[in-house]
Amino acid sequence: MEWVAFLITGGCAIAFAVGLVVRPNPLHGALFLVGNLFCVAVLYLMLRAEFLALAQVIVYAGAIMVLFIFAIMLLIPGKAEAGPDPLGPQRILALPFAGVLGLIVVLVLPYAAGRAAAPMPTVGVRGIGQLLFTDYLFPFEVTSVLLLAALVGALTLAKRRPN
Amino acid sequence: MVPPSYYAALSAVLFTIGVIGVLVRRNPLVIFMSIELMLNAANLAFVAFGRARGVADGQIIVFFVMTVAAAEVAVGLAIIVAIFRVRYRISVDDLSLMRW
Repeated sequence: MEWVAFLITGGCAIAFAVGLVVRPNPLHGALFLVGNLFCVAVLYLMLRAEFLALAQVIVYAGAIMVLFIFAIMLLIPGKAEAGPDPLGPQRILALPFAGVLGLIVVLVLPYAAGRAAAPMPTVGVRGIGQLLFTDYLFPFEVTSVLLLAALVGALTLAKRRPN
Repeated sequence: MVPPSYYAALSAVLFTIGVIGVLVRRNPLVIFMSIELMLNAANLAFVAFGRARGVADGQIIVFFVMTVAAAEVAVGLAIIVAIFRVRYRISVDDLSLMRW
């Protein structure tokens, strides 16, 4: 049963990711990315990471993708990829490189995860919260500074200059 | 139970698709979304490794990666909008100078 769910969700995630890369319209790409993020959230649920699954839907699929769609609607760069491609041959060259990288990563990463499928104890939201506010307290506080810096930077960049 | 190595393999495939997106597309917004795809694949690998070891540290790293992704998107989209305001056409291959 879990295998069926994994195969369906993983297949959907890969299909959505391919859709993002091949569709010319960035708005379609954004919707494909939302689908991919939902699939990954389901995978988080299957990995017993309930908190992350909800954070994924709220932060990624909710906030970040809304920002993306705002930017796409604001810019409407739908015609950006029309016209002759000045770097066409180099782009085709990118595919074998990406293939080699993919092969290496696909071979190495599962090896690193280990073959043992021993049932490990699950860590709930309580464990995450305790770890976050004890061992990871300093990175957690630095995160707030990062968000403040991003806020100020985005405001400065988006400000209209008087000229 | 599906072993975590399968989740790691899936995340590797998603990461590679993101790399291809960054390499072959010309629209900066689509490149940005491909970067998000790669970050997301890395997150999935973190969660899978944390599950394989039975610790919560992987999930906490993912929490931080999400924060960094949010900050990156805010600043990056502001940069793209600022570029678009100066040059009406937006394609990454046209942007080879820091100042013009």
